[in-house]
Amino acid sequence: MNMNGGQALMKALENEGVDILFGLPGGAILPVYDPLIDSSIRHVLVRHEQGAGHMAEGYAHATGRPGVAMVTSGPAATNIVTPLCDAYMDSIPMVVVTGQVPYAAIGTDAFQECDTTGITMSVTKHNYLVTEAADIPQVIHDAFYIATTGRPGPVLVDIPKDIVDPNNPRSAMEWYTPDSHDLPGYLPNQAGDAELIRQAAKLICEAERPVLYTGGGILKSRGAEALLELAEMTGIHVVTTLMNRGGFPDDHPLCLGMPGMHGNYTAVTAMQEADLLIALGARFDDRVTGKVGEFAPLANIIHVDIDSAELGKVRRPDVAIQGDCRVVIEELVKALKEMGGSEAQPDRNQWRSRISGWQERFPLTYEQSKGDELLKPQYVLEQLRDSTPSDTIVASGVGQHQMWTSQYWKFNHPYTWVNSGGLGTMGFAIPAAIGAKAGRPDRMVWAVDGDGCFQMTAQELVTAATEGFPIKVALINNAYLGMVRQWQEMFYEERYSEVYLTRDVPDYKMWAEALGCVGLRVESPEEVGPAIAQANEIDDQPVVVEFRCEAEENVFPMVPAGMSNSDVVVDPSQRDQPR
Amino acid sequence: MSAADGGGTTTLVVRVENKAGVLARVAGLFARRGFNIESLAVAPTDDERFSRLTIVVGVDAAPMEQVVKQLDKLVNVVDIRELNPSASVERELMMVTVRANPEIRGQILDLVRIFQATVLNVGYDEIMVSLTGSPSRVDDFEDLLLPYGIVDVQRTGKVALPKLVKAAPDPLAP
Repeated sequence: MNMNGGQALMKALENEGVDILFGLPGGAILPVYDPLIDSSIRHVLVRHEQGAGHMAEGYAHATGRPGVAMVTSGPAATNIVTPLCDAYMDSIPMVVVTGQVPYAAIGTDAFQECDTTGITMSVTKHNYLVTEAADIPQVIHDAFYIATTGRPGPVLVDIPKDIVDPNNPRSAMEWYTPDSHDLPGYLPNQAGDAELIRQAAKLICEAERPVLYTGGGILKSRGAEALLELAEMTGIHVVTTLMNRGGFPDDHPLCLGMPGMHGNYTAVTAMQEADLLIALGARFDDRVTGKVGEFAPLANIIHVDIDSAELGKVRRPDVAIQGDCRVVIEELVKALKEMGGSEAQPDRNQWRSRISGWQERFPLTYEQSKGDELLKPQYVLEQLRDSTPSDTIVASGVGQHQMWTSQYWKFNHPYTWVNSGGLGTMGFAIPAAIGAKAGRPDRMVWAVDGDGCFQMTAQELVTAATEGFPIKVALINNAYLGMVRQWQEMFYEERYSEVYLTRDVPDYKMWAEALGCVGLRVESPEEVGPAIAQANEIDDQPVVVEFRCEAEENVFPMVPAGMSNSDVVVDPSQRDQPR
Repeated sequence: MSAADGGGTTTLVVRVENKAGVLARVAGLFARRGFNIESLAVAPTDDERFSRLTIVVGVDAAPMEQVVKQLDKLVNVVDIRELNPSASVERELMMVTVRANPEIRGQILDLVRIFQATVLNVGYDEIMVSLTGSPSRVDDFEDLLLPYGIVDVQRTGKVALPKLVKAAPDPLAP
């Protein structure tokens, strides 16, 4: 079938199962926006290209399918670099199509030209500059394959204008449906080594104080069920990192919750005291380990990861298994069953009682606001958690509100937590929530945002309002760049430098209304519940609820940067408790 | 110790897809991980789909493992071999132009003979010679020419292949 490159691009995207595209047109990508009109793919017109990228990420987080964004060349391409880097750090499958100046003009400093593949080389899993229209079907097929297999990640496809422009003879091509990949350097491996899995099973059967340290690889591999089986068969407690919240139910008696810098005391301490860490799809991030040399000093390490470069990158494992988390866990469960299953596990009652002792002495805690004090953010999050369906999808920005959300929410379903972990991208929440809602229109989607984050990407609420994505935003307004304020209080002798954002400017209620949303403002604890109920009722418009919160509330527990996890600072009310 | 002394260096032989931008991906990865490339030789292989890069890096063992693994993650990198200098045969080509007045040309020709180098071009007061050899032998030759005044020098960077098995196979082995 004869067609032009632009038509071929649309057909190739359709063939990959793309149902929605987040984007914004411009000069170089213009020819592709014409065949888009005739395509089955829905396009969501964003207000800033960064929004398109984060929406694609949110979509991928919530559905497991690759998110797709399409923007033009030059400034549009540079605007989407942040989402690419974010997706790269958090292993999010995403395909970004960028327009480029005509092939013959590349390298001439043409209008809106930039070296997109050069700029994005270090923040993509792979990228392509397509030079011939005939390459488009194969490149798109390869791009989706690379983005979604092995360790998932973002792939960028840069397309010069002439090969998609029907008025240019270089765009003429004959359609073909690619049925294979010629990628001799890319051979992702799923299965783990059977002998190493047996060694791991043996270590598990010998361990007296084991902990399952589970990361984003659980969710990426659709491995939550396998993890549940492994944990229940062995009776081993599970910590869920920021990237695996929801990968193991918070309400499960074996769940210890989030570890790390703002993890709860029990999760941090159990890892610290463990004699065996079973790291599944986790990467020993500095926010989890604290001072690496003093992290889990007594523990043997079993490390399972799809990416062999993670094995031994930070901590030398005793058993290193390269493979897909779900596949390896299933094999591990089989191996453990052959060794006797739950019967073969040693008596760990002493360890269990130590863990429950920590849980009793050091639960998450905060002091409720008194008198005319403003709201406590933790209270807002508890109320929000308790008055929304358990399968609500929560997206968050980055900072204090993110940590409180992770701490106080009860994640009992996989793919309900959407956040920026590795890159820590402020402003992630609103566009990511829109992407999640686009992928899961059946679910209630709340974005929990800070006032600093909100001001970075609020314009995408226009996208939500006009494109029909009735997301809800809980805006934790504490008038500060709160996490930075907390660090200045704790580590810079309360010398506050450039962290005050003001309480009343902008007027968030009016701003929300101007953006096409319902705007609500809440200042006292008794208003919190009714405002959430009101927001939950609205399903034809986005809602922003501004919660006016105390400025000086800090996130605890906290392991100060560079310190050992053994030096975790607990809430002031718990500091006299025996460790 | 510098890489030229052969200390603390590793030679990586990297087979890559012969596509635009692949060298930039490889070089960029080294830069990002803070490794300096001591020498780099690029050439096509007998299979036109691939090129071979011979990269000499000065590094410690532990981060080297990380670089190799990261390199292996590049989609266009097909395979990587780490060559230990003692288990490989290494060669490098040098072309050098040396000051050589007619009176001292003979001294330089002596060195050319001793090293089995080749005279490529002769001018009134300069001479151009080339030498192929192990990197340390090329270093020696360059050091000996230095006092005469080197006008121009080009070295290709090292290429290498693993040493071959010497022992005959055991006839009794299964």
